[in-house]
Amino acid sequence: MKGAAAVIVLCSVAPFLWFGMASLKGPQEIAQRPPTLVPRHPTLEGYRGAAEKGIFGWMANSLIVAAATTLLTIPLAAGAAYALSRTRIRGRRLWLGFVLAASMFPQITLAHTLYGMLQAVGLVNTRAAPIAPYVSLTLPLAIWILASFFREIPAEIEEAARIDGAGPLRILIRVFLPVAAPGVFTAAILTFIYAWNEFFFALVLLTRDDVRTLPPGIATMPGQYTFPWGEIAAACVLATAPLLAAVALLQRRIVSGLTSGAVKR
Amino acid sequence: MRLAIENARKTFGRTVAVDDVNLNVAPGEFCVLLGPSGCGKSTLLRLVAGLEETSSGSIRIDGEDVTHKEPGDRDVAMVFQNYALYPHMTVRKNLAFPLETRKVPEAENRVRETAELLQITDLLDRLPRELSGGQRQRVAIGRAIVRRPKLFLFDEPLSNLDAQLRGDMRAELAMLHRRLEATILYVTHDQIEAMTLATRIVLLNRGRIEQEGTPEEMYRHPRTLFAGRFIGSPPMNAVAGEVKGGRFEGPLTWPVKAADGPATLGVRPEDLQITDGPWRGVIDRVEYLGAERYLHINAGGIQIVVRVGPRGAFRKGDEIGLSPERVHLFPKTEPKVV
Repeated sequence: MKGAAAVIVLCSVAPFLWFGMASLKGPQEIAQRPPTLVPRHPTLEGYRGAAEKGIFGWMANSLIVAAATTLLTIPLAAGAAYALSRTRIRGRRLWLGFVLAASMFPQITLAHTLYGMLQAVGLVNTRAAPIAPYVSLTLPLAIWILASFFREIPAEIEEAARIDGAGPLRILIRVFLPVAAPGVFTAAILTFIYAWNEFFFALVLLTRDDVRTLPPGIATMPGQYTFPWGEIAAACVLATAPLLAAVALLQRRIVSGLTSGAVKR
Repeated sequence: MRLAIENARKTFGRTVAVDDVNLNVAPGEFCVLLGPSGCGKSTLLRLVAGLEETSSGSIRIDGEDVTHKEPGDRDVAMVFQNYALYPHMTVRKNLAFPLETRKVPEAENRVRETAELLQITDLLDRLPRELSGGQRQRVAIGRAIVRRPKLFLFDEPLSNLDAQLRGDMRAELAMLHRRLEATILYVTHDQIEAMTLATRIVLLNRGRIEQEGTPEEMYRHPRTLFAGRFIGSPPMNAVAGEVKGGRFEGPLTWPVKAADGPATLGVRPEDLQITDGPWRGVIDRVEYLGAERYLHINAGGIQIVVRVGPRGAFRKGDEIGLSPERVHLFPKTEPKVV
C-alpha cells in the first residue's frame, strides 16, 4: 500500500518538480543534453522574463475571474443542492441527472453561440466575459458535491435547532454552514481551480492582452522563432503556486469528518 | 402542562401515517407511545413537536392551539434517536444554544446546573465526537431539560445504546421524570422500556391507537390479540379456532364464557403450568436463559411457548401436559365488506 502510494505521489509530483527545476535554469542549461535535474547555476532569469511578458497582469485577471466565478457558483449551487438533498421532490434523481447532463456539452459546440451572445451585450474582451460560462459549467459539479455532502448531514440537527427556537437564518449561520463547511470548501476550491485553469473559453473570449487570464496568457509566450522554456516553466510555477497554497491552507477544512460525533451512524 | 391531541391525521401521499388519533396527556405523566416500526408513533411525536404539519385535527398544549405553530414556539424539547448534537459546538455551547435563541438570562448558571444534574460537568468543553454514546445521550437530554420546557419529547432515545447502558439510562430517565416533575411523551418500540418507564402506555398499530392504559392494565387485560402479543416476552401464544356452546374449539380446547363465533385464544407463556393435562404436547426445543427457560412445544399441531424456572429436567422429545392458568379470548371481528 505504502509503495503504491509512493509511486502515485511520485508520478503526480514529478512533472511539477521537473518544471520547477527548469524554471531555475538558464537558457543554455535548459537546452543541454543530457538534461540536468538540479540546476547547476540557479537563476531567476526565467521569472524576470515571465514578469516582463505580463504574467502578473494575467494572474490578477485570473484571480478576479476565478474568485468571481466561485463567489457566484457556490451560493447558487448551495441553494440548489440544499433543495435537492432536503425536500421531497419528485424525480430528484432525474433533476440531478439533468444537472449533470448540462456539463457534458463539448465546449466547442458552445463557443460560437456564447461568443455571439457575449458580443451582443458587449462583454467580449472584458474580464466579465468568461465568468458566465464558468459559472454555468461549474454549477453541475458544485451541485453534485454539495448535494451529496448535504445528504450526509442528518436533518435531525436542523430539526433540533428548530425545536431549540432558532429561526431559518440562525440555523443557516450557526448550525448548517459550520457543519457543511468542509463540503462547501471542497466545492469552492474545485470551482476555483476550474476557473483558474480554463483555457478554451478564455482563449476565445479574451483576445486583448490586458484582460487575458493565465492559461491563454502562457500560451502566447512562445515567439514565432523562439521557445523560452525557462520563462514558460517559471510562468507555470507561478500559475500553480497559488492553487497549491490555497489547497494546503484549506486542507484541514476540506478533510471531512467534522460531522462525526453529531449522530450515531 | 396538558397535551391534547384531537382527531390528528397525517398522510404522506396516499399513505396514512397517523389516522384519527385522540390523545390526552396530563401534567406529570410519562406517556409512552409504543408500537412496531411503521405504526405512526414517531410521526405522531413529530406532529406534536411541529416538525410535521397535521393533515387535519388539532394539537393543544395547555389549552393553546399550537397546530400551526413553529416548533420553536411550542415550548417543547426533543431528544432524538441519533442525539442530533451540534457537532461543531462544545457540550457547553450545545447546552447553551436553546437558551441563547430565547435570550434566557443567566444562561451560564442554567448550563452549570443542568450539567451537574446529569453529571457531565467535566465534559463541558469537549466536542460531541470526543464523547461516548452514553455521554452524547446525556448531553442530548441536557439540551432538552436546560430550558425547562412544558413538554419533553423523546424519540427512541435509548435504542442506540448497548443493553447495559440502556438499563442505566432507563433508571436515570425515571429519576429525571420524578425530580423535574416533567411531562413526557416518549416513543419506543421496546416494550421493556415502555413497561418500566411509563405511567401510561399508548399502543399504536397502523396509525391508530390500539389500546391505552397503565403498564399493568396493558399486560393483564389486552383488548386485542395485537395488544396481547406486542406486550410480553416471549409473546403470548395464539390459538386460532372458534367458540361453540361455551367451549373454545381449535387445535386446543378450553371452556370459555363467550358468544359463538370465530375467535383466538391467547395464553401467556408464564400462564401455562406443567401438569398432566388437559393439553398435551412434545418438547421441540429448550431455550436456556439461566434464570428461566422457554420450552417450545408442539401441541395439537401448533407451536406453544412455555416459560419455566430453572428447576426440573426438560429435554427435547419429552411429552408433557399443560394447563393454562389464565386465558384471553379475542373474538374475531369479521373484516367489513366494502
